[in-house]
Amino acid sequence: MEIPSRFRVSPLAMGKGASESLAKALVITRREAHDSLRDWRIVTPILLLTLIFPWIMSLASKVAANFAVAYGVADNAAIITQQLVPFSLLIVGFFPISFSLVIALETFVGERERNTLEPLLATPISDGELYLGKLLAAMLLPVAASYLGLVFHLIGLRWITNYHISAQAFLQVALLTTMEALVMVAGAVVVSSHTTSVRAANLLASFIIVPIALFLQGEAVLLFWMRYDVIWLMILGLLIVDLALVRTGIRIFNREGILARQYDEVTRSGLRRSFSRFWSSPPGIGEEPPPLTLGRLYRSHLPRLLRHYLSPLSVVLVVMAGGLLMGWAFAMRYPLRGGLEGLVNSDLGREWQDLGVMPGLNVWGIFIHNVRALLIAAFLGVISFGVASLLLLLVPLGMVGFLLGQAVSVGYSPFIILVAFVLPHGLVEIPAAWIATAFALKIGAAILAPPRGLSLGEGFLLAIINFLKIFFLLVVPLLLLAAFLEARVTPRVALWLLGG
Amino acid sequence: MIIETQNLTKEFGSLRAVDGLNLQIREGEILVLLGPNGAGKTTTVRLLASILKPTSGRATVAGYDVVEQAKIIRRMVGFLTEFPGLYLRMSLGDYLDFFGELYGISKEKRRRRSEELMERFGVLGIREKRLAEFSKGMRQRVALMRTLIHDPQILFLDEPTSAMDPHSAKMVRDYIRGLRSSRHTILLCTHNLAEAESLADRMAIISQGRIIALGTPGELKRQLLGVPLFELRLASPLDSLLSRVGEWVEIEEHGPYWFRYRTALPEEVNPLLLHRLAEEGAEVVTLSELPRSLEEVYLRIVEDGDGDTLSV
Repeated sequence: MEIPSRFRVSPLAMGKGASESLAKALVITRREAHDSLRDWRIVTPILLLTLIFPWIMSLASKVAANFAVAYGVADNAAIITQQLVPFSLLIVGFFPISFSLVIALETFVGERERNTLEPLLATPISDGELYLGKLLAAMLLPVAASYLGLVFHLIGLRWITNYHISAQAFLQVALLTTMEALVMVAGAVVVSSHTTSVRAANLLASFIIVPIALFLQGEAVLLFWMRYDVIWLMILGLLIVDLALVRTGIRIFNREGILARQYDEVTRSGLRRSFSRFWSSPPGIGEEPPPLTLGRLYRSHLPRLLRHYLSPLSVVLVVMAGGLLMGWAFAMRYPLRGGLEGLVNSDLGREWQDLGVMPGLNVWGIFIHNVRALLIAAFLGVISFGVASLLLLLVPLGMVGFLLGQAVSVGYSPFIILVAFVLPHGLVEIPAAWIATAFALKIGAAILAPPRGLSLGEGFLLAIINFLKIFFLLVVPLLLLAAFLEARVTPRVALWLLGG
Repeated sequence: MIIETQNLTKEFGSLRAVDGLNLQIREGEILVLLGPNGAGKTTTVRLLASILKPTSGRATVAGYDVVEQAKIIRRMVGFLTEFPGLYLRMSLGDYLDFFGELYGISKEKRRRRSEELMERFGVLGIREKRLAEFSKGMRQRVALMRTLIHDPQILFLDEPTSAMDPHSAKMVRDYIRGLRSSRHTILLCTHNLAEAESLADRMAIISQGRIIALGTPGELKRQLLGVPLFELRLASPLDSLLSRVGEWVEIEEHGPYWFRYRTALPEEVNPLLLHRLAEEGAEVVTLSELPRSLEEVYLRIVEDGDGDTLSV
């Protein structure tokens, strides 16, 4: 159809340049920042944390140093101060940015709940510009307050305790603070884009708070031990998570997704329907599920499911190889004083068994231990975007790598050790752990990037059902077989190969 | 046609909100979309305002495709959302300025346009007042001013007078009438049948995502409720006159002093009837057409809503 002359729009008038997009995004940012500045519930704590808290922390640092001197560890006072002060910097930097999560939930879901988002969506602003504007708005005030607090704290430290903080530590804390704020805001967009109320979004925010809290504890330990090299790696890791979250946010923050969102009501019948649909449907969306029989499950359904999970399986495989190599490298760097015999003759194994860390060497004990470990890994994966599942798999593989490395360093053939101690049951157990971890990883990933065509809840449910399906139908039987081999076959093979 | 849809369909999961909608709106026309809650009115205007994308079918607004040229359409049309959705911490002046900036209007133009609208809607003196302090009706007026800030020639108005007091509602209706005379094209969703009747050039009744009736209010009434019904009242009892009147018109009901009849040609039948009654010496008190409400038409159509489209 021809466009009437009075409605013709010049392409120039539409403007597509990056600077124009940024300018539009900043219109949104400016308005929202003004709005936040008018809200005393946001301004008051931020002011307190910016203008008063840093001085309190500076005083606390002074008190801690005095305490160290007063109680007879004067020689260590300087060391204690040196190690505690960067930690206080972390606290001063983090407290104000914790508000970015609240602001982000308000700005993304609160707007929808108050019906103020639709008038914005009716304007010519693009989804990306709106996302960027809101992202900056949620970060601006908390990050600015955090920087200001850090500067005040530095002045306070210099003035009150006469302590100089290294430029590296300051830069790292500033970078960590900024990136954590971005993780929280971008993560808030991801979780809140799938809810219709601030209440629901607040509940889902625990998926952000828990990993951030764990991360902070890690940072604190590293700062205390002054492992700045590892902190740089953490910053890099955060940057990658930031990019992934922003990418996901851009994908899911769109008019269609926001306005078409249904209420997040959980009903028993709805859950039952979804469960039954996802349980019997083959991988992929939109396929009509054929009647599911046990034969079909094993012949076609599970193999298709495994093929569908090729990406997480590949990621986990790479991580497993990395774990082996890390263990190996560790063994090369820190060889055991008594060699392998020292390890074998030590009471370590029994002590670990007493602590409940290692299973009893019988079929049932090994089986229960492995099932429990993989289920815990899956649960931790849910609250850490799948990262904890991977980390938990790294530990046993790192130990295998370490063992092999030690064997090599004292002249044993790694293959003999591998065949004697690992392979008989490992041939079954390692693939089982590999598959279970890949499916657990997908549960965490479903929160970040739900499959196309599914809501967050549906994507999450689908990932859980797929995990349960593969876990109980494939992983558990494999673990049972592996436990039998580990208790009954592996010791005999080891004895046969290495001699009694 | 300034707005045109072809088999426009929108599905949300298993729910089909708009089902093969075919609609044409002429430039300068006010088309009122009527329908029960959940009929698909809001989804239809969201599709036409390029906020949602259709599942299938297509639509053009001023010749622009709602999917391919969504940004142009959003810049060109004014969309009054169902809920005012105001930023209550902002002042009226700042609020209008903010939306003007999003539409890319220069600062000076924004200021002039804001003042023009504030004057038109009787809120010029309170530009610095926070929107939180405004009444429901005033908030709705502000939402309408926001919709008009970039002086759009095509307007989608979703319940423009809901929550307004009669005075504000009249002000808005008068403004809409004024827009018609300046060739603005308006698609208006409402539940208010009197408003629909007073504003609509044509009305489309929508149910379960489909248009089930389309035409001018008069045409719809005639089509649905049949020919007009007239009532004639006499000063004295009808008695023996009744049988003779029955020869002139077809009486539907009667009482001692009155009778009702239908005619498709009132301009011919009514003068003749009055003339004959005068010849018989009967004194006529009143002759009037019985009002037939749009509500009756609406309810009848919506209740029989599963049938084919009734186009007049």
